[in-house]
Amino acid sequence: MAVLELPDWTALAPALILAGTALVLFLLDSINPRSTNRSLLAGTAVVGSLASLAVAVWYTAAGVGATGIENHGVIDIMGGQFIVDQLALYFMIIIAVVTALVTVASYDYLRDHTYQAEYYSLVVLAATGMSTMAASNSLVTIFIALELTSLPSYALVAILKDNRGSVEAGLKYFLIGALSSAIFVYGVSLVYGATGSLQLEAIADGLGGAGEMGGLLGLGILMLIGGIAFKTASVPFHFWAPEAYEGAPAPISAFLSSASKAAGFVLAFRVFATAFPLEATTAIIGVDWTLAFVILAIVTMTVGNFAAATQENVKRMLAYSSIGHAGYVLIGLAALSADGGELVMGAAMMHLLVYGFMNTGAFLFVGLAEYWGVGRTFEDYNGLSEQAPFACAAMAVFMFSLAGIPLFGGFWSKYLLYTATIDAAADNAILLVLAAALVVNSALSLYYYSRLVKALWIEDPVTDRDQLAKPTGLYAAIIAAAVITVLILPAFGPIADAATEAAAAIIV
Amino acid sequence: MMIEALIAVALLGALVTFVAPNRIAGKLAFAISLVPAAISLWLFTAFDGSGNALLDGELAFESQTAWLEIGDYSVSWFVGLDGISLPLVVLTTILCTLAIVSSWTPIDERESQFYGLVLFIEANLIGVFAALDFFVWFIFWEAVLIPMYLLIGIWGGPRRKYAAIKFFVYTNVASLVMFGSFIALVFGLGDSVTSFALPEIATAMVNGGPEGLFGLGGTALASVVFVGMFLGFAVKVPVVPFHTWLPDAHVEAPTPASILLAGVLLKMGTYALLRFNFTMFPDQVELYAVPIAAIAVISVIYGAMLALAQTDLKRIVAYSSVSSMGYVILGLVASTQFGVGGATFQMISHGLISGLMFMAVGVIYNATHTRMVTDMSGMADRMPIAVGILIAGAFGYMGLPLMSGFAAEYFIFFGSFGSELLAYSALFTSVAMFGIVIVAGYLLFALQRTVFGPYSLETDYDVGRAPVHDVASMVVLLGLIIALGVAPDLIFDMITDAIDPIIGGER
Repeated sequence: MAVLELPDWTALAPALILAGTALVLFLLDSINPRSTNRSLLAGTAVVGSLASLAVAVWYTAAGVGATGIENHGVIDIMGGQFIVDQLALYFMIIIAVVTALVTVASYDYLRDHTYQAEYYSLVVLAATGMSTMAASNSLVTIFIALELTSLPSYALVAILKDNRGSVEAGLKYFLIGALSSAIFVYGVSLVYGATGSLQLEAIADGLGGAGEMGGLLGLGILMLIGGIAFKTASVPFHFWAPEAYEGAPAPISAFLSSASKAAGFVLAFRVFATAFPLEATTAIIGVDWTLAFVILAIVTMTVGNFAAATQENVKRMLAYSSIGHAGYVLIGLAALSADGGELVMGAAMMHLLVYGFMNTGAFLFVGLAEYWGVGRTFEDYNGLSEQAPFACAAMAVFMFSLAGIPLFGGFWSKYLLYTATIDAAADNAILLVLAAALVVNSALSLYYYSRLVKALWIEDPVTDRDQLAKPTGLYAAIIAAAVITVLILPAFGPIADAATEAAAAIIV
Repeated sequence: MMIEALIAVALLGALVTFVAPNRIAGKLAFAISLVPAAISLWLFTAFDGSGNALLDGELAFESQTAWLEIGDYSVSWFVGLDGISLPLVVLTTILCTLAIVSSWTPIDERESQFYGLVLFIEANLIGVFAALDFFVWFIFWEAVLIPMYLLIGIWGGPRRKYAAIKFFVYTNVASLVMFGSFIALVFGLGDSVTSFALPEIATAMVNGGPEGLFGLGGTALASVVFVGMFLGFAVKVPVVPFHTWLPDAHVEAPTPASILLAGVLLKMGTYALLRFNFTMFPDQVELYAVPIAAIAVISVIYGAMLALAQTDLKRIVAYSSVSSMGYVILGLVASTQFGVGGATFQMISHGLISGLMFMAVGVIYNATHTRMVTDMSGMADRMPIAVGILIAGAFGYMGLPLMSGFAAEYFIFFGSFGSELLAYSALFTSVAMFGIVIVAGYLLFALQRTVFGPYSLETDYDVGRAPVHDVASMVVLLGLIIALGVAPDLIFDMITDAIDPIIGGER
C-alpha cells in the first residue's frame, strides 16, 4: 500500500510529533522566557496536535497496524515494549482531537496569564504521555507513560497560582495521584513476581508458571485496577475528580476528563485483554476478574449520576457526570468474558470518542462562562442564551448529547453499548443488570443535563450583565465540538467499524 | 431526492434565520417556509405511489442509502411517502407557514431564535412522516421535542417553565417506553429481519410475528410490545388518562406553538399508532380492540366534559383536541376502510380546524390580552371578520356538513358502527357520537358569551381590527377546511388506497 517503507519507529509518529511540539515550546520559552506571545505559543501547540491528529488519521486510513492480508500487521517496537495497532491509533486520534480543542480554547482563557509557554508545553507533554500510553505494551512503558501524563497534569491543575481553589485542587490531585501511582507500581511488582515478566504478551505466557502464586497475582491485578480507576476517575478512586475539575482552569478540566480518561481506558483495555486472558487467569486466581469491573461499572455510573443530580455548581455537575460516563465505558471491560465482548468494547471506545467532543465542549463552555465571569452555579448561568445564543445552542447540543437524545452522537454510542451488552448477555446473564443500569442511569441523567439547558435558555437572568465578549478561540473550539457532535451521525458507520475491528484485534 | 430537499430547505432555513437580525427574521422565515410549502404541494400533484408504504406498496419519492450496521442489523437513510404520509407532510408545511405568519404580531423578543426553531421543528416533522427506517424516524421523533420545549419555555405564558418541563418529561418518558418495546420486538423477530427498515419489520410481523425473547413466547412478546408502544404513543396523542400535559402546554405555549402542537404534533402520536400498532400487530389489535375502543370513547366524552368546564378559550380548544383524538383512535380500532380512512382524514381535518381555532383565539388575545370567556362580550362588534372566521371554525369542529370535520366524523362513525372486529361497535359508536353534542354545547356556549351580545371589555385602549396577515392566513385555512368538506376525495382516495392493505381481506 505505502509507496516507500518507513522504518518501524515512525509508526509512533503521532506521539513523537507531540513530544517534538513540547520541545519546540521549550525552545521558544528559552529564547524569550517572558514571552506572552499567545498566538505563537498557542499556535504551535495547536499545529502540533493537529499534525499528530492528521498523521494518526492517515495511518488508520492507510491500514498501519491493521491485521489482514493487504495491511502491514501490528507493528512491534523495541521488542514489544511498544505496539502500534488500530487500538493505539484510535486512541491517539481521540487524544489529539481533545488536545487541539483544548489548546485552541486556551488561547483566550489564558489571555492574562504569565506562564504561557509553560502551560502549553505541559499540556502537550501530558498529551505525549497519553499518546504513548495508547501504544505502550509493557508494564514498564505503561508506568512511564502514566507518570509522563500525571506529572504535567498536577502542575496544570495548580497553574493558576494565585487562585486558592486551583492550588488546593492541585494538591489534592497530586496526593491521590501519588498514592494511586504507588499502588499501581506495587501491583506491577506483584504481577512481575508471579509471572516473571513485564511485557504484556510475556505475562500472558508466564501465567502458566504462576501456579501457586494465584493470591499474589490476584492482589497484583486488583492493584492495577486501582491505578486504572484513578486515571479514569472511577470508583473507588474518583474522589479527586470533582475537586480537581472544579479548581483547575476549565480547559484543563476538559483535557483531564476527556483525554486523560481515554488514556486510562486504553491502558485498561490493553492490559486486561492482552496480559490476563480470562480463562488462564481465572484458573490461577480462582476469580473471574470481569466481576470486579461489573461491580465497578454499576457503582461508578450510579454514584456519578446521583451525585451529579444534586450539584449546584455546573463544573462539579460535569465532573460527576464524567464519573458516570466512566461507568458506562467500564462496561466494555465487564463484558470481556462473553461472546461478543469485542462489540461491547468497540461500543465503549465509540462512546469515548463521542465523549471526547461533547464533554470537552461542555467544559470549554464552562471555561467561556469563567472567561465572562458570570459565576459558577446553575443560577448564575440563567438566561445566558439571550446574550450568547450560539455558545448556548452549542451547550444545549452537548447536554442533550450527553443525556442521549437521538439527534446527537451520544445517543448512538450509548445505544450501541446497550445492544452489544444485551447481545453479550446471552452468554453471561449478569450483563443484563449492567444494561439495565445503563438505561436507568442514562434516563436519570436527562434530569440534570436538561436543568442546565433550562437555566441557559428558559430562566430569566438573575442580575443584569454587561455585554458579553465573543472570544474567538473559545468560540471556535466550542462551535467545532458541537458541529462534530452532530455531524458524527452520518459518519457513524465507518467509526463503528474501526472501533470494533480495533477491539476485536486485541481480544484473543 | 425531493424529500431530502424539503428537509434540507427547512434545516438550512432554520440556520439562516437563527443568525439573521431580529427585525427581518419573521419575514425571512416566512419567505423560506414558502419553499417547502411549494415543494410539498408539487409532491402532492406529482404523487405516483400506491398501496401502503409498510406493506409492499409503491412508494413515491423513495430514497434509500446504507448508513451503518448495528450488530446484525443495518440502518439506512430510508424515506418515502404513501397516501397516509403525504397529506400529513402537506399539512405540516402549510401549517408551519401559517404559524410563522401568525407569530408576526405576538412575538416581539428574540425573533430570530423563535423563527429558527419553528423552521427546525418543521424539518423534523417532515422527517417523522417521511422516514421509513426506525432509527431515522426515531431521530426526527425525538428531535421535535427539543424545539417545542424551547418554544414553550422561552416564549410561553406565566407558567411556561412548568408547562415546558411537564411536556418534555411526559413525552420523553413515553418515547423511552416505546423505544424499549420496539427494540425488544426487533430482537424478538430474530433472523427474520436484518434491518430496521419499517417495511421489512412490518412484513415479518404480518408473516408470523416474533419468536420470543428472554423467556417470553412470540405471542406474549408481541402483546407486551403492543401495549408498551400503545402507552408510548398514547401520551403523545394524548388519550385519557395521559392527557394532563396537554392543557398546560397549550395554555402556556405562544399561539404559533399551539397551532403546531395541536395541528401537527398530536398527529405524530396517531400517525405512529397507525403505522406501528395498527399495521404491524393485526392479532393484538383484535385482542385488545374493546379496551382500546373504551379508552377512545372515554377520551371523547371526558375530554369534551373537561372542555365544557373551562373558561379559558385556549383551554377549551386544547381539551377539545383530546376529544377529537379520541375519534381518531375509535376509527383506527374499528379496522374498516371508513374507520381507519376516516381516522386518517380526521388527522388532517383536525389539524386544519384546531390550527384555525388557535389562530382565531390568538388574534383575539393579541387585541384584548385576555382569553377568559368571562372577561369578554360582544367581540363581533369590534373584530367582525376574525370573529366570523372563529365561528366558522367552531362549526367545523361541531361537524357542520360541507366542512371537513363533518366528513371526517361521518367516515369514522360510519366505519366504526359496522365494524366486525370490534365487539359492541354500535354501542361504542353511539356513545362517542354523543360527544358531538357536548362539543356543540361548549363551543356555542363560549361563542355566545364572548362573541355575541353587547360589547364589553375592560381595556384602557381601543380594540382594533385583526391585522390583514392574520385574517389572510385564517382564510387560507378556512378555504382548505371547506374544500376538504366539499370534496373529501381530494385526499380520501389516496388515503383509502394506502389503508386497504392494513385492514386486509378478512375484515
